[in-house]
Amino acid sequence: MEISIKQLEHRYMQGTPFERRALHDVNLHIPDETFLALIGHTGSGKSTLIQHLNGLLKPSAGSIKMGDTLLEAGGKKQDLKPLRKKAGIVFQYPEHQLFEETVEKDIMFGPRNFGMAEEEAKNTASRVIEMVGLPQTVLSKSPFDLSGGQMRRVAIAGVLAMNPEVLILDEPTAGLDPAGRVEIMDLFYDLHQKNKLTTVLVTHSMEDASKYADEIAVMHKGELYLHGKPSEIFNERKALQEAGLDVPETVQFLLKWNEKSGQNLSLSDFTIEELAKSLGQALKKRGS
Amino acid sequence: MLQNVIIGQYYPASSPLHRMDSRSKLIAAFFYLFIVFLANNWITYGLLIAFTAVTISSSKVPLRFLYKGLKPILILVVFTMLLHIFLTKEGDVLYKAGWLEIYEGGVIQGIFIALRLLLLVLMTSLLTLTTTPIDITDGLEHLLGPLKKWKLPVHEFALMMSISLRFIPTLLQETEKIMKAQMARGADFTSGPIKERAKAFVPLLVPLFVSSFKRAEELALAMEARGYRGGEGRTRLRALEWHNRDTFALVLLILLTLLLFLLRS
Repeated sequence: MEISIKQLEHRYMQGTPFERRALHDVNLHIPDETFLALIGHTGSGKSTLIQHLNGLLKPSAGSIKMGDTLLEAGGKKQDLKPLRKKAGIVFQYPEHQLFEETVEKDIMFGPRNFGMAEEEAKNTASRVIEMVGLPQTVLSKSPFDLSGGQMRRVAIAGVLAMNPEVLILDEPTAGLDPAGRVEIMDLFYDLHQKNKLTTVLVTHSMEDASKYADEIAVMHKGELYLHGKPSEIFNERKALQEAGLDVPETVQFLLKWNEKSGQNLSLSDFTIEELAKSLGQALKKRGS
Repeated sequence: MLQNVIIGQYYPASSPLHRMDSRSKLIAAFFYLFIVFLANNWITYGLLIAFTAVTISSSKVPLRFLYKGLKPILILVVFTMLLHIFLTKEGDVLYKAGWLEIYEGGVIQGIFIALRLLLLVLMTSLLTLTTTPIDITDGLEHLLGPLKKWKLPVHEFALMMSISLRFIPTLLQETEKIMKAQMARGADFTSGPIKERAKAFVPLLVPLFVSSFKRAEELALAMEARGYRGGEGRTRLRALEWHNRDTFALVLLILLTLLLFLLRS
């Protein structure tokens, strides 16, 4: 789904002495089937921005267009359910939203709310539980008997069960162990490609952004600071540092290498494997 | 959504009311709760309204802020007022249509009761708006200190109170977060028949309870880790100071009480 954000502004607690401007003049166009990484320092407005994408927050000024749905400042009240079905959000620490007696019922909560029949929702639950890497036996357990990592997976399954067209992920791997992080991120990336989703990933990790994203948007003090392809963004190291961020470790290493060796190597997908390969070639050349 | 609720919230500002000792404010607020019931005619209510208005204006809390925060309570106030207007049958009949009869006494009674409620809520809100939770607890512990002789757990009581006050905003934030998460999964908290709506709160309440218990346990651990062992022998970083203005405020309140006694019918 195509997402188009125009001059978006959001103020929290408008009209009180605690009023705070969280977003200002954000213009962002996300083409269909894009994997966008939204990066920024704590308090830069990332989470506020994504909550506009399914109408949880209303714009104080400006507009958001999600496919055919238009959300405007001062716009009429509209039924947001169809939009919320299409745009699934995995919140930070989503395991906090679990409440049902069994994992199966909790996963079915979303689909049932959006009008799916009971049988179908059950089938969906058993399908998505495998997708997130948990055995079918978990379905009959209480979500509160699971480990933290398993709870996270169940909560993610609950969002995937809605079969969204847009997947919005708010630091979905925060607090997971390294292996779990990779697994979950790979799962999202697979889904993104297989189901031709539009994905917005909020993250602190430049590594994740460089690994998965087609585009990167950097937020700083409530404004859109940089936006472009990873290779473009990583050329702006100074600007990134000003926003309290830095380029991925692989790029940091390469910059140092180039500086010391006088070579001019470059990367295209910023993985450690690619870095190792290009370093290997460079060393070979030098040796011969 | 819930960001406008101001019960238990502190409004940071520098006003005479903010600078008062928490003990005098507590005594005054407590005292006020009683003298509000002394008023029973227009003059005495006028006096109370004037007193409350002066207190509000000296607190530097913007009216708009107060109004927004008290909106939910206004519904209750209006409801009680209507109840009295329709159910009290005293004095002359003002209006009659079918079975509906409105009496003069009912209207006056309704207005008085609504005023009473409003004044009570305003004053108690002002107490928490101008006093930090820590100050309130310290003041309370001080005031109730003598009860320790009878082995009343005053310190524990004060601590419990400060913890609950401290966690009201946290709990509200948490509520909002979970509400959003469930709304993103298609939950609907705002429409539908009452039975359905009551049911809709289960997905909100269960996670809230779970996280509250977790938080309580973590807090207890954190307190123990920092050597908390009750109020015995504890010294304070910020001592409470009684100033002339505190005495003045209480004298003013006593004067108000005397006036109320004189003018009530």
